[in-house]
Amino acid sequence: MEQTLQMMSLGLVLAPLLASVVAGFAGDWIGRRGAHSVTIFCVAISFCLSIYFVNHFVLAAAAPINFTVYHWLVIQSLQLNVGFLLDALSSMMAVVVCFVSLLVHIYSIGYMHDDPAYQRFFSYISLFTFMMLMLVFANNFMQLFFGWEGVGLVSYLLIGFYYQRDSATLGSFKAFMVNRIGDFGFLLGIAAVLASFSSLDYAAVFAKAASLQQQTVTIWYGHEWSLMTVICLLLFIGAMGKSAQVPLHVWLPESMEGPTPISALIHAATMVTAGIYMVSRLSPLYELSNTALNVIMIIGATGALFLGLLGIVQNDVKRVVAYSTLSQLGYMVCGLGASAYAVSMFHLITHACFKALLFLGAGSVIIAMHHDQDIRHMGGLRRYMPVTYWTVLIGSLALAGLPPFSGFFSKDLLIVAVSASGLPATGYATACLTLGVFVTALYTFRAFFLTFHTTPRMDETTRSHLHESPAVVWLPLVILAIPSALLGIVMVSPVLFASQTLFVNTIHVAAHHSAMAELATEYHGAFKLMLHAFVTVPFWLALAGILVAWLCYEKYPASPAWLIKRFNWVYRLLLAKYGFDQFNQTFVVGSTRTLGRFLYQVTDVSLIDGFVNGVAAVTGLVSSVVRRIQTGFIYHYTLAMLLGLAGFLIWLLWG
Amino acid sequence: MVSLANYLMLSAVLFGISVAGIVINRRNIVIILMCIELLLLAVNTNFVAFASFWDDIQGQIFVLFVLTVAAAEAAIGLAILVVIFRQHHSIAIDELSQLKG
Amino acid sequence: MLTSLPLLSSLIGTPCLGALLILLTCCNNTARAKTIAVSTMLVSLLLALLLSLGFDSSQVGMQFVESYDWIKPLNIRYSLGVDGLALVLIVLSNFTSFVVVLAGCNSIQAKVKSYMVSFLLMQSIMVGVFAATDAILYFIFWEMTLIPIYLAIGIWGSDGRLYASMKFFLYTFAGSAMMLIGLLFLGLQAQGFHIADFYQLPLSANAQTYLFLAFFLGFAVKIPMWPVHTWLPDAHTEAPAGGSVILAALMLKMGAYGFLRFSLPILPDASRALAGVMVTLSLIAVIYIGLVAIIQKDMKRLIAYSSISHMGFVTLGCFVIYLIDKQSGNVAGSYLALEGAIVQMISHGFSSGALFVAIGMLYDRMHTRNINDFGGVAYRMPVFAALFMLFAMTNAGLPGTSGFVGEFMVILGSYQASFWIAFAAAMTLLLAAAYTLWMYRNVFFGEIVHDQVASLLDVNLIETTCLVLLALAILVLGVYPKPMIDLLHGSVGDIVQHALTTKLIA
Repeated sequence: MEQTLQMMSLGLVLAPLLASVVAGFAGDWIGRRGAHSVTIFCVAISFCLSIYFVNHFVLAAAAPINFTVYHWLVIQSLQLNVGFLLDALSSMMAVVVCFVSLLVHIYSIGYMHDDPAYQRFFSYISLFTFMMLMLVFANNFMQLFFGWEGVGLVSYLLIGFYYQRDSATLGSFKAFMVNRIGDFGFLLGIAAVLASFSSLDYAAVFAKAASLQQQTVTIWYGHEWSLMTVICLLLFIGAMGKSAQVPLHVWLPESMEGPTPISALIHAATMVTAGIYMVSRLSPLYELSNTALNVIMIIGATGALFLGLLGIVQNDVKRVVAYSTLSQLGYMVCGLGASAYAVSMFHLITHACFKALLFLGAGSVIIAMHHDQDIRHMGGLRRYMPVTYWTVLIGSLALAGLPPFSGFFSKDLLIVAVSASGLPATGYATACLTLGVFVTALYTFRAFFLTFHTTPRMDETTRSHLHESPAVVWLPLVILAIPSALLGIVMVSPVLFASQTLFVNTIHVAAHHSAMAELATEYHGAFKLMLHAFVTVPFWLALAGILVAWLCYEKYPASPAWLIKRFNWVYRLLLAKYGFDQFNQTFVVGSTRTLGRFLYQVTDVSLIDGFVNGVAAVTGLVSSVVRRIQTGFIYHYTLAMLLGLAGFLIWLLWG
Repeated sequence: MVSLANYLMLSAVLFGISVAGIVINRRNIVIILMCIELLLLAVNTNFVAFASFWDDIQGQIFVLFVLTVAAAEAAIGLAILVVIFRQHHSIAIDELSQLKG
Repeated sequence: MLTSLPLLSSLIGTPCLGALLILLTCCNNTARAKTIAVSTMLVSLLLALLLSLGFDSSQVGMQFVESYDWIKPLNIRYSLGVDGLALVLIVLSNFTSFVVVLAGCNSIQAKVKSYMVSFLLMQSIMVGVFAATDAILYFIFWEMTLIPIYLAIGIWGSDGRLYASMKFFLYTFAGSAMMLIGLLFLGLQAQGFHIADFYQLPLSANAQTYLFLAFFLGFAVKIPMWPVHTWLPDAHTEAPAGGSVILAALMLKMGAYGFLRFSLPILPDASRALAGVMVTLSLIAVIYIGLVAIIQKDMKRLIAYSSISHMGFVTLGCFVIYLIDKQSGNVAGSYLALEGAIVQMISHGFSSGALFVAIGMLYDRMHTRNINDFGGVAYRMPVFAALFMLFAMTNAGLPGTSGFVGEFMVILGSYQASFWIAFAAAMTLLLAAAYTLWMYRNVFFGEIVHDQVASLLDVNLIETTCLVLLALAILVLGVYPKPMIDLLHGSVGDIVQHALTTKLIA
């Protein structure tokens, strides 16, 4: 049985790789049809297998399987392996990845229909699925890092998919670099793990973790830091890069240069949540450091509120959704800080559904608008695109967190969990998350109203061509709308609160981090939770957000202009995105280049090469003087020889 | 009886003359070649004188070697000289300073 | 059975024979010269494969030993042998030379015959360097490597070739003169020049320090380490593609090989005393050179700087073992760092070789190396762009490619010496990605603005073969490095044991 499961997991992971290779290398040969058929087929296989795994490990609660595929490197007692860890957490994550990936594959048939690089696109997204699955199923840090950088690579390739556009290549470059900053920390974290645990396998590390809790390290002379805090923070830097946390969030909005299906798959549903998955996976380590949890909470909360605010002033429909992703990732990270890993994972899953839905919906709108993404040019699309309209409405309501949609459960529980956490950052975090609800509802419905309601603002030719997108496009929307609406009700009890919670084997929560336990005592079923919502602040804030959006953009369209005039500095601050980009461009990029130029021109060319050429020049100078001795006349040489000989003789005889 | 010292004196004088010839002469390479021959002759004189003085045949054998080498050297030297003359139309030493640094 | 064959001598002899054959039989027939060259290289590649098949990785010490008297009064012998370290380098050099000769068939127009001859000779000399177990033999091969490369730069190079070839020659020659003195001193002490005998030689701390400095000059110039690196960018920039590949993929390895073969085991105490300095120089190479690479406008110069930066990892891995030993006494950490350094050598051979070959292909088409003269190449050359992306990624150290393995091992190892060493070393993650991908972006992406780019043709069959061979090597080593690393255990164990045992009498 175990053998079969191992083979199945291999098939699950390798099928997309196979598809990617086929579509990539034999793309011309198998044609467009062949490319999408083979990739969809293989990802569908993966999806079916992952469903089976969820059934086996989550519903049937079978024991986790941890096995080695092959030895990557063996040095004395140290073994670095490629191996899989099959358990509830990885199965759940895998099913999310495969589900969204499958739908995105199907959707892309429609979205990429006219693109000349059709096969390349399908090859990339299958490759992405493979990398992500490698990450998810990793049973050790080395393979985690492989998947981690692998998804970064594919993300880079896909953001720069339209490589003729400067903005796309710049965006992809930026995304890769910022991710690399994260990976830099992550790699150091892995090195720290190896140095302290002498192993990179999760099992070995977790088994030893508690015994090293009191250990300290000296990083800076004279300062002792807790080993666990150092490791956790270093690893978390990786999560900050991948999951776009402040201040490494700057790449995510730029990543919207990629094709929209990619934004849904990579930059909303799966890759950016790798950080959340990683921290949950490593919960036995994070539980040992309150400092790290505090930092995580603060960073998450800051992102949740302040990056959400930026969504209000964006006019590109995809960027609005991108900032909303940043804000939601902040929520999840904040939940991790409160030790509510299960709730964060829950929010990750629901968010994957409704955010993929919103992105794909945006994509549908973009197709209809002939690739114009500016919401100022839209309006009134409701009449032309009913399916998109209703599905996006469901997604928006889920994002805003209104019951009974899925987002309500996960977000509401997240806020409760964070407020129940006893860490010092609790107050700040709770305030940010609660205010964030209002902001979320506001920017979501601002974009929603401007797109689907209000008077049409597009030009005549565009309007005359407006129509609902083809079935391959709207079908995934409908399929995603179902879990966006219902997943919360269905999953909330079994995932979080059943007597044996589904993640119990895989997520470790220390006894003194009581947020989850408190949640469980207050929880009395999904419907009670919904009823209870009407007396909580977040619910009314969400409604208020929708109301404000309606007032400002539907009812009194002149009001935003007035507000911009009135609060001009706020508006400019938000437009400048708090100056992160400006700062990076000026100080980070600028100073690096200046330093490089200085080192090259001053140190390398002038000093070192100056010295080298100087040696040559001095040699030349000396020889130009000395060579005058060499007259070329034989009798001079003979005389010199004789004098020398005479000198020697004299020295021999009388010396 | 001519003493060993006389032979040595003779060879020293020969040697001195030939060296002076090499150093002072500035006009003709042929003279240099002749001087070199003279140098070797001076050495040969020494060899023969010592051979007879010590009653050792090796010195005389060596003289034969030196004579052979001198002949070969003169042949090569003259050949070079001919080549130089063809190229420069002159064998004046003053004009041959191509090795000047 | 295999071990009884004189495989090493055949590996040295075969290319020489091929070269002779070309000289004798192909007066003006370039096609025949190419055929002979490629088939010779194929034969020696097969011989190298035989060598690695016959190699017994469980055994410590030299294998395939051949030893004959050469200069008896001085006890100098013609003796050859391989351990794991030499073996992987010999296979690497055969592989790379094969690719170079193959690529040369396509790109070289002038003096094809001489080109093939000089690269065939280069190949046999390289094998000689790595296989020699006699110090004088080693030194002779070492110096002989200069000639073919000097000629390659001087004859087939681009505009500034005279300055570059002279600088290259004098720089490296000056370094190796010191090394010769060191070798002679050791030879007189040991009354013979067998390298293994040097390991047993008791040396005082002072003698070790002077010897270390003498060797350091020879090896550091070759690697090259900061601050004696400035010959490399010039040499690379002006050299023909094949010359750059040999330089980067093989000649730089000679320096690191020297550290591993001579400095560490023969001079353990001096190495330990100077480990801090060496590590600092290595880290300067990684960061400083990385920063310098970012602003380069010439593609080959950029890759040349990137080579220096990557070789910094090799020296870091070699010398950080002393700091690991001091900090934690963890021998596994030392193994990790040292084997990482060797893997990095091999992987850098593949990645820089691939990049130089690829840039050579662009140069053949465009006759410029300036990054700004390109843009939009991916439109016209999709296959080439895809392969180049792989090479760029291995240069940036992406997991799954060979570039990752060595860096990963060295960083993991050096963390056990100090957090800050690992921190500085890991900067390469950022710098390498920055300069490689920035170059890639400017060359391959964007709209086509230059007419020349618009008329580019994608790689032909020979070129594709070269690139695919290199790509396969990069991927195989990246995905499954264990077989290669297993080969190294024996010799690395030997080196670590000698390197960490003091020679001083307490």
